Amino acid sequence: MSSYSITEPSKRQKWAAGSFVIFYAVVTLMPLLWIIATGFKSPSDAIAYPPKVVFQPTLEGYVNLFTTRTRATPEMLVQAGEPKTWYDRIVRQYDMVIAGPSRYGERFLNSVIIGFGSTFFAIVLGTAAAYAFSRFRVPLKDDLLFFILSTRMMPPIAVAIPIFLMFRQLGLNDTHAGMILLYTAINLSLSVWLIHGFINEIPIEYEEAALIDGYTRFQAFYKVVLPQATTGIASTAIFCLIFAWNEYALAALLTSGTAQTAPPFIPTIIGTGGQDWPAVAAGATIFLLPVMIFTILLRKHLLRGITFGAVRK
Amino acid sequence: MKSKLFNSAAAIGLLFGISAFGATGAQAADLTLCWAAWDPANALVELSKDFEAKSGNKMKFEFVPWPNFADRMLNELNSGGKLCDLLIGDSQWIGGAAENKQYVKLNDFFDKNGISMKDFIPATVTGYAEWPKNTPNYWALPAFGDVVGWTYRKDWFAKPELQAEFKKKYSRDLAVPKSLDELKDIATFFQGRDIDGKKVYGAAIYTERGSEGITMGAMNALYNFGFQYDNPAKPYELQGFVNSEGAVKGLEFYKSLYDCCTPPGASDWYMSQNIDAYKSGQVAMQMNFAFIWPGVNADANVGGDKSGYFPMPAGPGGHFAQLGGQGISVVANSAHQEEALAYIKWFAQKDVQSKWWTLGGYSALSSVVNDPSFATSQPYAQTFLDSMAIVKDFWAEPSYASLMQATQKRFHDYVVAGKGTAKEAMDGLVADWTKVFKDEGKM
Amino acid sequence: MSPTQFERAAEATPPILAKKIRGLSDRAIAWIFVAPTIFLLLAINIFPLIWTIRLSFTNFRVNRPNAEVQFVGLDNYRRILSDADIWLTMQTTAHFLIWTIVLQVLIGFSLAYLINKKFRGNDLWTTIIVFPMMLSPAVVGNFWTFLYQPQIGLFNYVVGFLTHTDPSSFSMIGDVNLAPWAIVIVDTWMWTPFVMLICLAGLRSIPGSIYEAAECDRASKWRQFWTITLPMVLPFLMLAVLFRGIENFKMFDLVVQLTGGGPGSITELTSINLKREAFEKWRTGYSSAYAVILFVTVFGLASIYVKALNKVKER
Repeated sequence: MSSYSITEPSKRQKWAAGSFVIFYAVVTLMPLLWIIATGFKSPSDAIAYPPKVVFQPTLEGYVNLFTTRTRATPEMLVQAGEPKTWYDRIVRQYDMVIAGPSRYGERFLNSVIIGFGSTFFAIVLGTAAAYAFSRFRVPLKDDLLFFILSTRMMPPIAVAIPIFLMFRQLGLNDTHAGMILLYTAINLSLSVWLIHGFINEIPIEYEEAALIDGYTRFQAFYKVVLPQATTGIASTAIFCLIFAWNEYALAALLTSGTAQTAPPFIPTIIGTGGQDWPAVAAGATIFLLPVMIFTILLRKHLLRGITFGAVRK
Repeated sequence: MKSKLFNSAAAIGLLFGISAFGATGAQAADLTLCWAAWDPANALVELSKDFEAKSGNKMKFEFVPWPNFADRMLNELNSGGKLCDLLIGDSQWIGGAAENKQYVKLNDFFDKNGISMKDFIPATVTGYAEWPKNTPNYWALPAFGDVVGWTYRKDWFAKPELQAEFKKKYSRDLAVPKSLDELKDIATFFQGRDIDGKKVYGAAIYTERGSEGITMGAMNALYNFGFQYDNPAKPYELQGFVNSEGAVKGLEFYKSLYDCCTPPGASDWYMSQNIDAYKSGQVAMQMNFAFIWPGVNADANVGGDKSGYFPMPAGPGGHFAQLGGQGISVVANSAHQEEALAYIKWFAQKDVQSKWWTLGGYSALSSVVNDPSFATSQPYAQTFLDSMAIVKDFWAEPSYASLMQATQKRFHDYVVAGKGTAKEAMDGLVADWTKVFKDEGKM
Repeated sequence: MSPTQFERAAEATPPILAKKIRGLSDRAIAWIFVAPTIFLLLAINIFPLIWTIRLSFTNFRVNRPNAEVQFVGLDNYRRILSDADIWLTMQTTAHFLIWTIVLQVLIGFSLAYLINKKFRGNDLWTTIIVFPMMLSPAVVGNFWTFLYQPQIGLFNYVVGFLTHTDPSSFSMIGDVNLAPWAIVIVDTWMWTPFVMLICLAGLRSIPGSIYEAAECDRASKWRQFWTITLPMVLPFLMLAVLFRGIENFKMFDLVVQLTGGGPGSITELTSINLKREAFEKWRTGYSSAYAVILFVTVFGLASIYVKALNKVKER
């Protein structure tokens, strides 16, 4: 027992607690490590029984992820000549030739465009609204705030029915603009609530002082409040981005070829015949890694973000 | 519907959003062809290079895996999307796509370019191109003939010790089954057996729940035990045909096959899972569409002499096989209809169709498949011809999706989840289908 | 201008002076700032909602553009509420909801309790534990089907190894009895960290002095846990349950990728069922009514719950 505090846990307690938590963390991490590992397996290693922990790493999964391949007849193989690049060689093992790039790159790019686009608008609109809610007497303020939150309570499929019809009328189905608009609207609830909390924490006196110094209200907002709220806004932005990045149901229903994002696409990656698990795993790895990095960046604001600011730490 | 006000309100409401971000750039005169993501599609990419070279149009492809294909593409058609110029859509969609004018009617185009539907395998014309069925109204050109059949491990069947044991047990040779009962015997025989130091199972069959899998599988058994979609004399009369004694027996047979002879965990399997199981040496036989045969034949582990092919065996009530395959259609919403039609014209040529077959695409052109050299050109060619001669297809009604969903649920609930009896399942199906047809005003 | 200057100025300025402003009036700025948000919410949320309610009284179908749309009154609602299959999906959803919440609360709270022992490196391990919940449920759910495969899956292999059974003797996704648990396991794996984080915030909000006082009163650790820790964490825990409850009532992506509702309809949650009606059978009017019913249910349950939560908070 440590001498300076009676509530501080003992060394033994700490050790026991630590080992339990680490054990849990390792178990919980296994599926993720398995995804990453599978991405570097050959298709036959990936479906080997018993599951292979030690294997010869290969980039086949990544090659298959980014290309479409055709089974070639012997004459075609002769005609094509010796494989020229390392990825040609990988494909040629299976008597196949690369017919072109796959759609994964496009889908990933769509995720980036729609994710960043919707985040940008959600943050701009959300910051403005949050500032107004925080600093002015807006009629029906509490109702409005709750109403904004309530939009997230609807099941996405229920939301998708009228949106589908509306987008159809406006020609917004399967467009980037449509998806950005939709995700912006959904993310607004998060951004308004979070940024509202962050701005509330900035003492109002700062702005008052600035106003006395001759700033207009807008300047005070722009030059005083915004710089102070930067960290909060940045972490809110990452949360919005992660939501748009991970969203599946609406993307699956409202996009098909042009504006489809990666989540509905990745589960549909198949190889010759069966599901090509190394390619799926490779696609998943590339897609999940940014979020993992964001999570590390966000760890201080995590709680606030996932609870709409209801819990602060 | 008086939704004009709503629409214009929506338009105003969203004007802001659109103008803020601008329209997404329109593509050049590229043609986009939509199809399922499977081996034949990759072959089509290769085949189409010839069209690109000749026409100067660039081809883009949008391939969606089978479990999502119907979902995505019907969504695309119903949302008035412009993604696909050409669509190789599933045979059952033709009714809806024709009645809602989502496909371009091709009669005039065929007449003008000397394309005759008489030149194609009759079953594929009825199955893939016509709506209403058996009338000369064409909405597609038969593109890919396909049918459910079986692949089996020839090398395992040929093992002397297994042959001897099988003969002792069933007093006949271990050979390609001639009836569904024989098929089940063989599957039972292989189930749980040790072959080359590995535990193997009898058969991989379709059990997929989400799209159409279990229906495409179980229907084979149902047809061959005497199931009929409706009264041949009186359309849409279901009672006594859908739930006939034979139909119930057929479903019971399919469940018994699922229970006795499939690998563990084969509860949601469709084409790709069956291929995986077969190629990894888990099963002695697999039910699958014919499209897989070129891939099996070329496979490093199970290809060549190791595999054989046979058509769906007959049952006590008939001899049919579930039709697969698709026709190629021009999407009415497409901005490039002329170029899309040019593609179909190119595709219908004899030499293109021949090349299609060598690349692994099942041509539906009679002159290709009736060529004397066709049957021996590939080990599976004869089986394909035999299978195409006995095809039967699911409803192609505009309400096909509702009919299919009901079937999927009833079959999966009974066969895989073991809920209720086969009789209850088929009676339930009559009730479900009746409801759909009543809603449609067909009854 | 540095904050300290403002601070000094702020101290010297009575708040009333803030009303003196130049440029746009506060009122105008407030409206300019709030209007776009309200406008967008009206366009993307309220207007569609009204449209849905309107459609729910018709037999409109998206895939029948030529059919005449009829007003059918409350028919859709009557059909849905008397449909045994839909009640079954509600039961399935309830089973999923209750078990995920029970497991996540138990495991999440225990983890938070252990992490709060402040062993060395607890921040790092907390971050690692949090990973699963930040990832795309659809992508991860899809991959879990691979882990669950009886012949080749890691999950079956590990369970088989630990229990000395044949890994291919059970199929999490294919078995009628196991499938409901298969989805509970993955959801628990994904979302336990969420409950854990909230509990951790709750535990850290308890001032150490309370324990010190209890320690002086010679209250046992067990008693301290029941009289101090638990009551003070309870509001946090209830909040976690609220969030998880709403999320899992909406659950779609993870389960649709994992089981697709099968085998049979064993794991067909309400959202999956609604998707089939709306986007596979294209019964738009009918599914609009369905959506309205779900919406009312979530709102009803959530607001009752929030009332209870507020009562606990006030205590």
